[in-house]
Amino acid sequence: MSKTIIEVRSLKKDFYVGEITVHALKGIDLEIKEGEFVAIMGTSGSGKSTMLNILGCLDKPTSGTYFLDGTSMGELSKNELAALRNNKLGFVFQSYNLLSRTSALENVELPLFYNSTVKSKERRERAEAALEAVGLSDRMHHMPNQLSGGQQQRVAIARSLVNDPVVILADEATGNLDTRTSYEIMALLQDLNQKGKTIVFVTHEADIAKFMTRQVGFRDGHIIREELVTNRNNAIELLKALPVEEPV
Amino acid sequence: MLGIIIGVASVIVMLAIGQGSKKSIQDQMSGMGTNLIFAMPGTEQRGGVRVGNSDAQSMTLSDVIAIEKDCPAISDVSPEVRSSGQAVVGNKNWPTSIYGVNNKYFNIRKYTIGSGRSFSENEIQTYAKVCLIGQTVVENLFGKTDPIGQTVRFKNIPLLVVGILGEKGENGMGQDQDDLIMAPYTTVQKRILAITHIQSIAASAASETQNEAAIEQISESLRKSHKIKAGEDDDFRVRSQSEMVQTFSSISNIMTILLGAISGISLLVGGIGIMNIMYVSVTERTREIGLRLSVGGRGNDILMQFLIESILLSVFGGIIGISLGIGATQITASIMSWPVVITTFSVVMAFLVCSAIGIFFGWYPARKAASLNPIDALRYE
Repeated sequence: MSKTIIEVRSLKKDFYVGEITVHALKGIDLEIKEGEFVAIMGTSGSGKSTMLNILGCLDKPTSGTYFLDGTSMGELSKNELAALRNNKLGFVFQSYNLLSRTSALENVELPLFYNSTVKSKERRERAEAALEAVGLSDRMHHMPNQLSGGQQQRVAIARSLVNDPVVILADEATGNLDTRTSYEIMALLQDLNQKGKTIVFVTHEADIAKFMTRQVGFRDGHIIREELVTNRNNAIELLKALPVEEPV
Repeated sequence: MLGIIIGVASVIVMLAIGQGSKKSIQDQMSGMGTNLIFAMPGTEQRGGVRVGNSDAQSMTLSDVIAIEKDCPAISDVSPEVRSSGQAVVGNKNWPTSIYGVNNKYFNIRKYTIGSGRSFSENEIQTYAKVCLIGQTVVENLFGKTDPIGQTVRFKNIPLLVVGILGEKGENGMGQDQDDLIMAPYTTVQKRILAITHIQSIAASAASETQNEAAIEQISESLRKSHKIKAGEDDDFRVRSQSEMVQTFSSISNIMTILLGAISGISLLVGGIGIMNIMYVSVTERTREIGLRLSVGGRGNDILMQFLIESILLSVFGGIIGISLGIGATQITASIMSWPVVITTFSVVMAFLVCSAIGIFFGWYPARKAASLNPIDALRYE
């Protein structure tokens, strides 16, 4: 019986825009176990981004409960939430969000800077290990503007791994990448998932969602479907099937 | 940062000029002797420094004797009479002044005897026709010849030169202190002015700290001598040199403060510049801030990050400004020949003010950065 990493019960989120109240999430129940690779799907306005923000402890629910790795998110202060983000979560964004005047290595070190228990030597070692895990050992000291889109996203993924989180949250992580590069990133994520990493991935692209283990569909603030993925795509095989190009 | 640099540099320069003028005045003043106290006849006049009323005949030698006896805070006292006129040697003449004094006067007014001697008690008693002359008189009447043993005629009275006064230069009010002749007061009273009273009294306090006591004691003594009853106005004025020094000091203090304030305003402008830069920086780096917050940075971490940046900016600008200010001060001093003094105090002050500016003007932008919502920040274009 694997561990429940994420447990959401009757979660509601309202936004107040002037006089109008927007009910972004209207009562969500969701459970994600360790080792899953979950796709959160839906069109704009479906509430999937809001869901991700709450899962990422960047926003608080209006009502309902959210347990992350056993900790209830509801009563935590801003600083406690920050600590939670630092220890338990890794983020991968659509537009990479790397610091532009810092090297890849230093970018990956960033979350550990905010962790006072990690000294600089250990920080460096962990960052190097993370970059190795994503296949970028030879680009450690490059600046982001010297890296391709795919490489930058890999650095972002390495950054999300460096503090050994319980779950990686990805928001349209392949949105800015071409098909080949997207598949390469998905290959990397599948590999990490294979090694035991839990990943929650927000996407609106069906073919990307087919790389994952379970799909959760949102619409108008509700979950309208949940299904395990059958005939899951293998990114490495699909890559081989693509027309041959120069690797990035 | 340019604002800070200019602000700091101008503060340093202004303070240096202000301090310099204050010090130069003080130096000149103390060259005149800060223990110096004058008493002259005539009623109290506000604002006057040495407006003489030498026609009044209320002061006499017995006043001087009384002061010498009654005032422990006074170390030396001398009567003073003076007259202006032509000094003649051979076919040269030179308009100058003659001072009739006793031989304590040299000490009181800090004149040295360059060569020769001062006059003796006997010479004072016998209205001897002797004198000492100042350097300017020497130059204009004797040139390269040794004046000692020669005769100078002042208002037709022949005076034997027995000594030459050491050079003193100009005083704080631009008067040439070497342009005079000194003779026994008895001589000047009887032979030149034909008076029996004295025109003023010069005295020195035993030490600077005793100035106040000295003034008190002289006033008391003169009141007694002149038989002035309590409640009646004095028929004399007592002035101390240190009062003048203090007045000039406080004037130049005010000037320094004023200059400092004006340049402080430019420093303020520099600080506002820093605040603007930091606001822009925060706005430009909104996404970065969102990222830092999302990976676990706390509000405080962000605050400290931007605050430190702001402090570094202003301190760095301050260092450049201080160097520039010191350089500009030297240049000003050599071009304008103004006296300048760069004190450690002003440099340290400028430095501290810069750091304070960095903290103060960087605070609000840093605060703003720290309280950004990570979600909105991450989405910022």
